[in-house]
Amino acid sequence: MSEEFGRGGPGRQDGNGASGPPRPPRIPLPRTAAEDGARWPEAAPASASASVPETTPIARETAPMSHKVLKSLLGAWALAACSPEETAAVEAHLTDCATCADEAVRLREAVALLHPEDNLDLDPRLRSRVLASCLGRRPARVPVPSWVAPYDAETARLDALLRDFGEAEWQAPVRLQWFDGSRAVERDMTVAAVIAHLTAADGAVATALGLPEPAGGEGEAAAGGEGAVRTEWRRQGHALIRSASFADGGAAELPVPSGRFTLPLRDAFLDRAFGCWIHAEDIADAVDYPYRPPSPGHLHDLVDLTARMLPAAIAGRRRAGLAPPPRALTAAGAPGRTLHLEVEGSGGGHWYVPLDSPAATAAPEDEVAHVALDALEFCRLAAGHVHPEEAAAGHTGDREAILDALYATASLSRM
Amino acid sequence: MQQRLAHGEAAALGELYDRFASLVHTLAHRVLGDEAGADRVTREVFGHVWEHPGEFDPREGSLRSWIAGLTHRQAVERLRQSQSDGAATPDEIEEKVRAASAAARADYIVTSMPAPLRAALDLAYLRRLDYRRAAAHLGVTEDEARRRLRLGLQLLSTAHPGPRVVTPPAHGGAL
Repeated sequence: MSEEFGRGGPGRQDGNGASGPPRPPRIPLPRTAAEDGARWPEAAPASASASVPETTPIARETAPMSHKVLKSLLGAWALAACSPEETAAVEAHLTDCATCADEAVRLREAVALLHPEDNLDLDPRLRSRVLASCLGRRPARVPVPSWVAPYDAETARLDALLRDFGEAEWQAPVRLQWFDGSRAVERDMTVAAVIAHLTAADGAVATALGLPEPAGGEGEAAAGGEGAVRTEWRRQGHALIRSASFADGGAAELPVPSGRFTLPLRDAFLDRAFGCWIHAEDIADAVDYPYRPPSPGHLHDLVDLTARMLPAAIAGRRRAGLAPPPRALTAAGAPGRTLHLEVEGSGGGHWYVPLDSPAATAAPEDEVAHVALDALEFCRLAAGHVHPEEAAAGHTGDREAILDALYATASLSRM
Repeated sequence: MQQRLAHGEAAALGELYDRFASLVHTLAHRVLGDEAGADRVTREVFGHVWEHPGEFDPREGSLRSWIAGLTHRQAVERLRQSQSDGAATPDEIEEKVRAASAAARADYIVTSMPAPLRAALDLAYLRRLDYRRAAAHLGVTEDEARRRLRLGLQLLSTAHPGPRVVTPPAHGGAL
């Protein structure tokens, strides 16, 4: 919106002064009434001229306002936030009082500098470009470890999505989906509850790094208001990144309990980056915002983590009686039946997954099955957003081995 | 934050970006009116802060106001350069720079002014309530609502540089 001083033009305010000699029309017209909306330039003359005849009679009927009161009204007048009587009284006063007239001009010009919030979305990809450019100019003495970078990027992207959320968005129902081993599970919760959930899940990593627990339980944090939920999640995230930057070399291998598995810290950060991305996408879906996948390098790290977790996931399903027993008992370190997992698209690659035991080695020459799917489809499967038997995957070879692997991938998902 | 940046902590740089990127980009966009230019200014400003964290002097104001000032100078510089090869006369360029500067300063003042003043302005300007309804909304007297609107606009009017500023503002020049 642009509003200009003196748009009314000369002559329009000739009848404005109830008394005194005519002055040059240097007082800008007040803003138009609310309902005129964006059409104000056309509407302004009408409302201004309409108010003119009323000025004198009303001023006569009511007690005259003091200079002090009229001066106090200038801000409201400049914003067209006075009653018609007050507007008329202020305008009459401005023809007589040079001090107030000066201030009126300044305040009207100030109003012209206001504008509705633009809501320019900052491109989330700008962050990595700016940070890389900075680090090119001056290398970091304390870098963020490469295994923390996906978590850093994904939490920053989600935070940027949340930045402009209003009350309605925070209360939007988000559908979380995961696969509990044998069937798909869904749960609806508010955006605020999802963020509180992320804070709690990140808490396991915080504990491993010796940081204090998040302020409250999930329910408590959600009760503290949306701003508090977001602040607490962000504060903890920044603390995690900072602690990992300062931790010594051995810290990458610190064990962190994560769902059904215990992961080394470096993988726990990837796991949390994955969780953050997936839930950010759930939130973006709920409020109908576009949301991009992670950068190809980070996506590759997340696919790689998932592929590396597959042997343990397959073994876990067997122990739970959810998958058929291994075909052969394989000694640790010995070659065993191998699944060739081909993940296509940016972030993809080839992985060879041992099927009989997590301890077995896997090699291309022991391949019994080959499954190929897109990186994003693979991640959706691992997030429990796609049913194992409905995943768009090309495959050849041992059908049972392929189903085992697809089910095991989906079973890595959790709320 | 300054010490962490001086210490070369990349995590601090990330946090700095998360705190101020939106401010920097919006101000640069207000001056330049284009996305690519605002992106470049954002890169320049964070690059400068990261390379020279010692230039910030907390006695002269907040980190936020220092960064806003850097952004403003970078963006105006870039606007001058982009205009100088065109058909615009020097006067036209200066006028454009002046208007863009005032607009950017005004944005900064609005985002930095005390929350009660901003809330009053938002109600009167964006939601178009009269001051009586704004007062009821804010739970303050009508006198107080009038005072806040006037004070808010007085602060905002300091965005216009030069002799127009007649009364000293309640707060010093924000940039």
